[in-house]
Amino acid sequence: MASEEKSAWITIVVSVCAYAAYAVIVLGRAGATPLAEVPYASTMLWSIGGGIIASIVLYILVSILSFEKPEPKDQRDREIGRIGDHIGQSFAVIGSVVALLLALAEFPYFWIANAIYLGFVLSAVLGSVAKIFAYRRGYQTW
Amino acid sequence: MVKPTQVTNSIRALRFANGEMTQAELARRIGVTRQTVIAIEQGRYSPTLEMAFQIARVFGVRLDDVFQYPDGTEEQA
Repeated sequence: MASEEKSAWITIVVSVCAYAAYAVIVLGRAGATPLAEVPYASTMLWSIGGGIIASIVLYILVSILSFEKPEPKDQRDREIGRIGDHIGQSFAVIGSVVALLLALAEFPYFWIANAIYLGFVLSAVLGSVAKIFAYRRGYQTW
Repeated sequence: MVKPTQVTNSIRALRFANGEMTQAELARRIGVTRQTVIAIEQGRYSPTLEMAFQIARVFGVRLDDVFQYPDGTEEQA
């Protein structure tokens, strides 16, 4: 398995786990309180920071424990990387546009921040899914 | 959905005809990873034109001895 494919798997696992943990904690706090009034900022920052650190640690661990000799990136890796980034980026843009519309409509900060965060999570997950799909099922330039 | 390529190749046969060259050796000679050579052989990745010429040069044959396109295939939009 190419190191970029391993990296894509790690991104999916970490992004989904970090976002799920954030959602469970914030929704758990809600109870009878309106969602927009629930404290969320520190949980979101911990979720993002924890996700970044967990990705780095997992990547190092997988590299150490892998029996395959790591190979440098080649043209196919770069092309698949570009496809994944392109697909992922579109979701980051959608999240940003939704956040912009929410800001213009003067929605609470909670919804604006969460729209952006969800956009980043979808960007990371779906971009990585696209990379794995290209590695497994094939990618044609012709 | 990934559109399957109609381009086929004879890399596997050419490797065996050239002293049973390994995928790793071919990969080293054209400067890619072994996974990329495997993907090309299995038709899961179409190399660039430049890489296709490099592969042909390694085997000392013409490009269309390595890659083939079926005759009579109508151009699809």
